[in-house]
Amino acid sequence: MSTPALTLMILVQGTVTVISIYFLLKVLKKPEKPEKGNEIDDFDNN
Amino acid sequence: MAKVKEGWGSRIGLILAMAGNAVGLGNFLRFPVQAVQNGGGTFIIPYFVSFLLMGIPLLWVEWSMGRYGGVRGNHSTPFIFDSIGKKRLWKYVGVFGIFTNLGIISYYTYIESWTLSYTFKSLFQEFAGMTPEQVSATFDTYAGIHGGNIGHHVDPNFPLLAIAAFFVTLALNVYVLSKGLEGGTEKVAKIAMPLLILFGIFLAVKGVFLGDTGIGCDTCNSWAGLDFLWKPDYDSLGNPKIWLAAAGQIFFTLSVGMGTIHCYSAFVKKNDDIALNAMTAGWMNEFVEIVLGASVVIPIAVGYMGIDWVKENAGFMMAFKTMPYLFDQWGPLLATFAGVAWFGLLFIAGITSSLAMGTPFMNFVEDEFNWGRVKSAVVLGIVIMIMALPTILFFEYGVFDEYDYWTGTVSLVIFATAEIILFAWIFGVDKGWKEINRGADIKVPLFYKFVIKWITPLFILTIFISALIKPLNGEVSDWQTAIHQLFTQGSWPWAHDSIIGQIIHVDEKVIWFIDGVPTLMFFKDMSRVLLVLTFVGLSYLVHIASKKRKSLSKKSKA
Repeated sequence: MSTPALTLMILVQGTVTVISIYFLLKVLKKPEKPEKGNEIDDFDNN
Repeated sequence: MAKVKEGWGSRIGLILAMAGNAVGLGNFLRFPVQAVQNGGGTFIIPYFVSFLLMGIPLLWVEWSMGRYGGVRGNHSTPFIFDSIGKKRLWKYVGVFGIFTNLGIISYYTYIESWTLSYTFKSLFQEFAGMTPEQVSATFDTYAGIHGGNIGHHVDPNFPLLAIAAFFVTLALNVYVLSKGLEGGTEKVAKIAMPLLILFGIFLAVKGVFLGDTGIGCDTCNSWAGLDFLWKPDYDSLGNPKIWLAAAGQIFFTLSVGMGTIHCYSAFVKKNDDIALNAMTAGWMNEFVEIVLGASVVIPIAVGYMGIDWVKENAGFMMAFKTMPYLFDQWGPLLATFAGVAWFGLLFIAGITSSLAMGTPFMNFVEDEFNWGRVKSAVVLGIVIMIMALPTILFFEYGVFDEYDYWTGTVSLVIFATAEIILFAWIFGVDKGWKEINRGADIKVPLFYKFVIKWITPLFILTIFISALIKPLNGEVSDWQTAIHQLFTQGSWPWAHDSIIGQIIHVDEKVIWFIDGVPTLMFFKDMSRVLLVLTFVGLSYLVHIASKKRKSLSKKSKA
């Protein structure tokens, strides 16, 4: 395997793995919000 | 509009279901093939640019549109669009969000059923000792592909076992959908997604560390396969075809422009995070595609068949026609495990996506016609069956490809173009930005406000217009020739595969019958008629639902 290909593969796959794990851990640290459903209301979105 | 008592049981369940929606067969089969056909390692540059400037913004836009509609009791794209656009037209644009999924799920469930059958075939070691030709022929027999007779008389494909497997797969989808989001889809995602990643890691490790297989050819080495896949060819970066291919892959892989994300996020509560959730699901999909997907098919196939063979044969069908033979080289036990892991992984990727594709229709009829989950799921199953049978029975007559082109490609781009204009320009980027950031657990970079307003719409419009009027082969020189021809001769050299080229049948003779026998063109056009009728039928249902809403609203005011 050539050096440019190996470098690019490690760089890209490494970056994607680190970012994926970072976001996943961030979610796992946040508490679950178990209440169900969406109440229909008229909150103002502006 | 109905008070739907559905919901997600947990945040991680929602993220896994969203990731399952995105992770599909394309992660393992389409991405590596696209990469090797479009500059190898260089492909990753336009791919990432498309992900950052189009994929991520669209994820945030779709998640927030879904939540915005859901909070107002709208869980299907026609009425999510209606609540955002406030103009009658938008709900009909939103029909694409149901239509696309009905079209795709009709042929996707069939492919999904192949993976289910092949999981069992691998488990029972049916491919043991077969030559590559025998493995390939086994698939043709399984799918009832007979070739030869096309043009002489109509000889439908009637593969009994494949049809039985299709019905089992369809029934499985209907059953899970009938259990609802928390009790069905979320439960499946929580079990299936970790399993998919484990299977993927096993196969990727095998792919990367296979090395020299000792088959005898010069390039029969998995590292040569990885080199082939990752070696950058920076000269190709200026080719617009590669950019379009990369942007197209982002559409497919993230399942944006379909309406499924809206329909899942319609059950997120108004102050719950969507910014971090969208990132987590999106990057999980990228991990499966770039880290796992890139490390299985190409390196293993090159390891045993060599680069020249892969260059000629790289494609979707390798999954069924080649991989079982390659696994068989690992000895009976490992071959069995690898076969089950590979086809099991594809089945999981398939079912988590098809469940998402069933949701827009389910949400629509539950919201607008107060149908129960079981009734909605059963009717969905019947609709899929009716739409899928032509793709199965006339598989070799191009029906499958027509569905794939119009619903799996064209519809996505139309829907995405409409939604980004709706969100960034009609709803307004300021209100949209507030929606994205409401309850956010991460700080979304302000840069993305500019991207959502300008860059993403321009990006998608460029893709749409390029696909619509693509000249000849779509190379830079072809565009120059076309513009010159437009000004000198007043005509445009439509590419056969441009959208307009497809509509007006460029380079094709429109003959439906020869000696009383339907031609391939007949099947092609009839597939289009069926798809148009589906779209019109769905639009009519939306019209009825809209009238029903108005009448209810008048009654409640009175």
